[in-house]
Amino acid sequence: MTQLALVIDLNVCVGCHACVTSCKQWNTSGAAGSLMDDNPYGKDPTGTFFNRVQTYEVGEFPNTETVHFPKSCLHCEEPPCVPVCPTGASYKRKEDGIVLVDYDKCIGCKYCSWACPYGAREIDEKQKVMKKCTLCVDRIYDESLPEAERKPACVLACPTSARLFGDVHDPESEVSQAICEGGGYPLMPEWGTQPANHYLPRRKTKIRLHEDELTRADNPLKKDGRLPRTDPDAPFLEDSVSW
Amino acid sequence: MHPAFSVIFLTTLIGAGQGLFLALVTAEAFSHIGALTAQEHHFYSTGSLLSLSLLVAGLVASFFHLGHPERAWRSAAMWRTSWLSREVIALPAFMSIVFIYGLLHYLNWNPKVFGTTALPETSLTLMVGIVGIVLCFTLFICTGMIYACLKFLQEWHTPLTPINYTLLGMSSGFTLATAFATQYSQELTSLFGTWAIIFTLAALLTRTASLLRNKRIKYRSTLRTAIGVHHNNIQQQSQGSMGGSFNTREYFHGMSAAFLKSVKWVFLLLVFPLPLLLIGMGLSNDATALLVSAFTVQYVGLIAERWFFFAQANHPQNLYYQTI
Repeated sequence: MTQLALVIDLNVCVGCHACVTSCKQWNTSGAAGSLMDDNPYGKDPTGTFFNRVQTYEVGEFPNTETVHFPKSCLHCEEPPCVPVCPTGASYKRKEDGIVLVDYDKCIGCKYCSWACPYGAREIDEKQKVMKKCTLCVDRIYDESLPEAERKPACVLACPTSARLFGDVHDPESEVSQAICEGGGYPLMPEWGTQPANHYLPRRKTKIRLHEDELTRADNPLKKDGRLPRTDPDAPFLEDSVSW
Repeated sequence: MHPAFSVIFLTTLIGAGQGLFLALVTAEAFSHIGALTAQEHHFYSTGSLLSLSLLVAGLVASFFHLGHPERAWRSAAMWRTSWLSREVIALPAFMSIVFIYGLLHYLNWNPKVFGTTALPETSLTLMVGIVGIVLCFTLFICTGMIYACLKFLQEWHTPLTPINYTLLGMSSGFTLATAFATQYSQELTSLFGTWAIIFTLAALLTRTASLLRNKRIKYRSTLRTAIGVHHNNIQQQSQGSMGGSFNTREYFHGMSAAFLKSVKWVFLLLVFPLPLLLIGMGLSNDATALLVSAFTVQYVGLIAERWFFFAQANHPQNLYYQTI
């Protein structure tokens, strides 16, 4: 069974918000209608986004590290938001594991947003329905696009390739390999939601340099040195052994 | 969580309506076995009308919670998995039984049913009333389980949640019944008054238990599990929007900790000791005004109680929204 998901490399993310803007651009232009923007240039701007980049500071000054943390729907394998929906508007697709909202069935009761521990769902206050990341479901299967572009908008936009997209149930896929080799982890594993999206941790990327690597020397390890001379007075093998 | 007044009015109004209906059927059952003198049929029909109007008012309030009230009929679809859907079915079912119960009494059409060796003779209205009791408790459980089933809202995820909803509803319903019964008979007033005191004391016990439980709650999610960085000192610097979002509005009550604390003491005063005092005084003096004020004070207290119930719940998503 397929489970499409994103793998986000926190080691590579630079917090540029390109995924946020490209997500908003693609999804506000889709068939489902625009994503709400209220007072965008005014005093208290607000709006609906599927994806946001947050920033955390880890450690104590001056030994701190900045972690940029892109956050969107994790397309859980056990999505707690789906069974609570009274109308069945919230559902998880069997064929590819994407969690979606049917905007024509949603009554806007917000119960699913209470049931999501990650706060991944946001209500569209103009359309009065619950919205969330669709993994660009209207794009990834679009055969009029070149095959390389059949990916979520955020993945295509990421300038550092911090976002990978693929089937996490296929052990050979790029995302599965990345999770396996890069130590990918899910968010809030304590609730048993089994998020499909994974994050790759920050890693130390240091090169270890030895001092002798910095100064030029001929044959620094003396690998090809002359063999030690033998004592000319020592007896030869022929002296003691007769063939 | 952000307390929505639509839901606060829904739960408190239907709770009182359900309690009042339970009181009516209790009276009918008591008079059926001869523990109480039989009441005239207008007592039950007027009482059912009062109960039904509270339920209708609650239902109307709930529609204000919906983004698309015109699609509300769809919400009966997922009763297999969703407690909200189950409530959406249980509420109208219970309302129709209250209506039928009131109508039968209003028409004074009360034929005897059963009367075989297996089943003793019973009146039709009492049978309808018993069906109503089953639906009434189903509704209480559905309402409470909507909140109790959300496991990561740890303040709500306890059997005390549906128990409190039930007992507080019965408490306010029986208090209202006591005030209502003063128009009919002294005997009824003291019966309902006694039960009102019992249910109020029971609710005091379970609500205090839940307050104590929530005070010592240990949250399973931390910022470390939320972003998966294992360091003791993590500080949020930005939350991805500068002007707030749905996530900053829906999950915060937006009041100070001192306000939250004062609401707790206000409801603890208004829901339990004051109504108990007023019911006690009202019963001994047989004063309708005191009993009506007992219900009013308790209802205002229940609004504060429900507000506090929502405001106290700390959603784990708030971990992601600690600073702009």
